[in-house]
Amino acid sequence: MSYAVEVLNMTHVYVTEQGAMLAVEDIRLGVRPGEFVSLVGPSGCGKTTILSVIAGLIQPTSGSVRIQGQMLSGPSARVGYMLQQDYLFPWTTIWNNVMTGLEITRQVSDETTAYVRQLLRQMGLAGLEDRYPTQLSGGMRQRAALVRTLALKPDVLLLDEPFSALDYQTKLTLEELVLDTLRAGRKTAILVTHDLSEAIAMSDRVIVLGRNPGRIRREIEIPEPIRSAMPLEARELPDFHRLFRELWQELLETEGEDER
Amino acid sequence: MTESIAKKQEDGRVERAGDRIAAEALAVYMRARRRSGAWVLTAQLLILFGSIGLWEIAGRHKWIDVLIFSYPSKVFGLLWENLLEGTLLPHVWVTVLETLCGFLLGTLCGTLLAAVIWWSPFLARVLDPFIVVLNSMPKVALGPIFIVAIGPGLGSIIATALAVTVIITTLVVYTSFKEVDANYVKVVRLFGGNRLTVFRRVILPASFPTIISTLKVNVGLSWVGVIVGEFLVAREGLGYLIIYGFQVFNFTLVISSLFVIALVATLMYQAVAYMEGKLSRRL
Repeated sequence: MSYAVEVLNMTHVYVTEQGAMLAVEDIRLGVRPGEFVSLVGPSGCGKTTILSVIAGLIQPTSGSVRIQGQMLSGPSARVGYMLQQDYLFPWTTIWNNVMTGLEITRQVSDETTAYVRQLLRQMGLAGLEDRYPTQLSGGMRQRAALVRTLALKPDVLLLDEPFSALDYQTKLTLEELVLDTLRAGRKTAILVTHDLSEAIAMSDRVIVLGRNPGRIRREIEIPEPIRSAMPLEARELPDFHRLFRELWQELLETEGEDER
Repeated sequence: MTESIAKKQEDGRVERAGDRIAAEALAVYMRARRRSGAWVLTAQLLILFGSIGLWEIAGRHKWIDVLIFSYPSKVFGLLWENLLEGTLLPHVWVTVLETLCGFLLGTLCGTLLAAVIWWSPFLARVLDPFIVVLNSMPKVALGPIFIVAIGPGLGSIIATALAVTVIITTLVVYTSFKEVDANYVKVVRLFGGNRLTVFRRVILPASFPTIISTLKVNVGLSWVGVIVGEFLVAREGLGYLIIYGFQVFNFTLVISSLFVIALVATLMYQAVAYMEGKLSRRL
């Protein structure tokens, strides 16, 4: 089977003057094309480290990452990354912000520009191109950041708690929008989150990580119909709470092991 | 029912009771502000004209030594005379030019130096102790070195102003470069941007407000450098007028030069502050 993202026996150590810290150990992970996988776990379990390695931002100490079968050696246009906050550049307009990726990768053309305009319309941001980020609400800003990421047409989207800084209502709306966009574009996604219900509602598969060092403890396949439901409906489905409790229990055990 | 809180006006607009209360509250607030503003202005004018008046009276009644302290009508008389003779403005112009060169060059060189240090962490660590020493040193003390190296004249005056401004600019701008949120850098790196792209797209624009505010600080510092420089070598300029007035014991000239310096330096500072406001409004 061919994977969209494949993490092979990846171990990463952070080295500082204080010493070496084993962040994640022997991570093996295969994400199928079009699949939505969530990583959940206590803080310090190396979720963001795993994401940074897949994004090509850090070179793992050992092991490797393949994107669509190709060895990853640095940031790639095929992998998009959404940060915890929008991090739009406050000194320039929304338009310049969403064009940043295309400009840096030298892909500005009539075609890509038209695509960005279309994305802005889809995200309900049409007409706000000349505004500055500070003039927009948190939800709008995160949508603009999504446009900036999607402008490069990445096949794989890495989501590093992109909804955590938003208020609850905005968060729910944005979950729907993101999932809808991903499904329409048949994109592969890996979401890091603290929010168990978000993980269940959005994913096809949830991976529970343990900490010290970070490693994969368990994988839970999300069954139909939750899997294909949109996040808001998924939360209403009968099996949702059973899954939530199952995951919750798993996390409690992780914490318990730490104390021993 | 809506009639009680909103009534339709003649032009068809609906006026709500809340709007009226808001407008009244605003009017009360503005009135109070204007009134306290008027008091502040009155006090300021009182201090200004009171002290000038007192000085004038003290001078005319010989309560103070007129030879040293002069008095306002003599000072303004001299200024007016020199202005008409055309002997004042060339001095002002030279000093303003030197100061402009000093703070623009100081800010530019300081920023460039900061960029170089940011670019190379190795260089940053190597240069650190030298910068600390240079920063602690009173730069105007280098004046004589500049004079023998560059020759007495405009060059060494500007060099003095530059020396006063450049190191502190480097330190402030470099600190601002380093403090740029790493996540903005991450955004550029995720798109495969290299160090130059990071600098151009994130580090420099993010530090722009700091660079502009350094410009403002450097106006003041540059004046120090220029006046000291002129004390040492100049044959024209406001600093020269002060030293000349001192040597011939014409303190009316010294005080009138000080007055012109205060005026021009304030104008220059306000101009830069205005520019800063314009440039950073969008941020």
